[in-house]
Amino acid sequence: MQGKCGLFFTSYRGEAQIFPSGFQKTMVGLFLAALCLLPLTLGTHMISIMNLIFISVIGAVSLNLLTGVCGQISLGHGAFIGVGAYAAGQCSLHGVPFPLAILTGGLITAMVGMVFGVPSLRLKGIYLAIATLAAQLVLEYVFLHGGALTGGSNGLLLEPPKIFGFSFDTEMRMYFLLFTFAAASLIMVSNIMRSKYGRAFVSIRDFYLSAEIVGVNLFWYKLIAFGVSSFLAGVAGGLWGHYTGYISAEQFNIGLSISYLAMIIIGGLGSVIGSVFGAVFIVLLPEVLNMLANVLNAFIPDIAQYIVALREGVFGLVLILFLIFEPEGLAHRWRLVKAYWKLYPFAH
Amino acid sequence: MEYYLQLIVNGLVVGGIYSLVALGFVIIYKATKVVNFAQGELVMVGAYICFALTVQLHIPFIWAFLITLVFSVLLGLAIERMILRPLIGEEHISVIMVTVGMSSVLKSLVQLFWGTQIKVYPQVLPSEPIMIAGLPVAPVYIAAFALSAVLFAIFSVFFKYSRTGIAMRATAFDQQAAQSMGIGIKNIFAMSWCIACVVSAVGGVILGNINGINSHIGHLGLKVFPAVILGGLDSLLGAALGGLIIGVLENVCDGAARQLLGLGGFREVAAFIILVVILMIKPYGLFGTKEIERV
Repeated sequence: MQGKCGLFFTSYRGEAQIFPSGFQKTMVGLFLAALCLLPLTLGTHMISIMNLIFISVIGAVSLNLLTGVCGQISLGHGAFIGVGAYAAGQCSLHGVPFPLAILTGGLITAMVGMVFGVPSLRLKGIYLAIATLAAQLVLEYVFLHGGALTGGSNGLLLEPPKIFGFSFDTEMRMYFLLFTFAAASLIMVSNIMRSKYGRAFVSIRDFYLSAEIVGVNLFWYKLIAFGVSSFLAGVAGGLWGHYTGYISAEQFNIGLSISYLAMIIIGGLGSVIGSVFGAVFIVLLPEVLNMLANVLNAFIPDIAQYIVALREGVFGLVLILFLIFEPEGLAHRWRLVKAYWKLYPFAH
Repeated sequence: MEYYLQLIVNGLVVGGIYSLVALGFVIIYKATKVVNFAQGELVMVGAYICFALTVQLHIPFIWAFLITLVFSVLLGLAIERMILRPLIGEEHISVIMVTVGMSSVLKSLVQLFWGTQIKVYPQVLPSEPIMIAGLPVAPVYIAAFALSAVLFAIFSVFFKYSRTGIAMRATAFDQQAAQSMGIGIKNIFAMSWCIACVVSAVGGVILGNINGINSHIGHLGLKVFPAVILGGLDSLLGAALGGLIIGVLENVCDGAARQLLGLGGFREVAAFIILVVILMIKPYGLFGTKEIERV
């Protein structure tokens, strides 16, 4: 890790910190404080967008751990999030307290994810991508035809979450709950990435044969990667289900998987901060389009409906442009910006 | 019994279209190692172009069909030049995602121009069913099957005997060696995208003649994956057989689930359950090349 100008490490421990310099710690602290104060100044609609961003951050960082860090392409992440939503939802409906329901949802998703991760030992790259695509479509079918377990095409209706009698029934209250979960997931993944497991994942991504030769048990670590990633996906799903109060099969279709993949590609593969950037970008994209449509509608009537029809196309176009012109994602751009200011105004 | 025979015949027809789409997929994969998630959308675009020419511009069907093919060639060239060429040498996931992005762009363009309603082609062939082995089969099904078979024959001959076809096979086998023998790799890449677009468009036109079209036929592209994995990602014969087998299996499973278990909509997943089983048993499919890696 490259430190700040004049920041020299005398121990490995110092170098392996998440925020190595005092300046960074202060800035992160200020940023977190600002995020805590932010909802007091925002309208309900803006807070609800922030809430969706927090949920997407959890999903994106979990997929980034699997695909970006460990190199296992998953087209089934949307379905895993769905498994979490249904599992946590069922727990809540049966009277399990909210934190326990989220945890159970995560664990059940982890198990489902590991089952679909088993083929990863034999399959690589594109074959694995297609196997997870199959998982996505099979799970979608299960959601729709699961009978009482998933509510079929009617879906499930959920109450707002409650912790020790305190009900998170407003957008503002949900904000702090989701904020906590998102921050916890980011810390969790950052810590996994600098542990023995993270290094093993990276070695598998970079070249699986060398990894095996230096003693990384491929099957075990790939399975762990699927498990941890699906666990977080399940947590994200459980939170989403409780936040929207309604779970239906269409929410977890292949489009969701693809938008999560888009998040980590636009944000930056294998980077925690990139997952955040990507989640913010993808959640804000339709909002910005809507605003644009409203503004333009004043000048050119009927243009709004065209822009709304083109929403999916704009998403695709953004994805293509990012892959062609910014293949390393926003995280890379962020690093460049930081590197620029590090030496400013004296480039030496 | 007759119920299942009918299912098999219908499965063969749908399978013929899967084979065509799979053919496009395999040609692209073989030459460029690109996994094209937009294959279904190429089918959709071809179908809509032909629809626009025949119904909206009143061009006779045959001419409309030919113009569609020319358009597909141009579309293939544009896609290869503008989207895929900058990504040569990038990772699997980037290339996959660029085709995913392409598919949503194509889909939303089609929806912008033609909406999401079902469009019906004017009838080209008579609707009187022909009896084959005691089963009524619509002529359009037979024409569809025959057209797929002819296209497969043409491409088999093309790859076996023509200079370009041999150059394409050489590129697929070893890009560097092919390049050092004077084969223009970029032209080969462009050519394979053109062919893929053309066969997909043919598939789309056939589909339009059978059922009509709407913007959801892009989903057909997903059905290609089980077919090509069964046949082997880089085998033409595999694509043909895989498409037919998946078409039949899917139809029979769906019919059986409907009759025996009372489950609806099983068609959507049957192929993917088969896919998972194939991947577990024979990951490289029936005729695919095994990837052997050495350190």
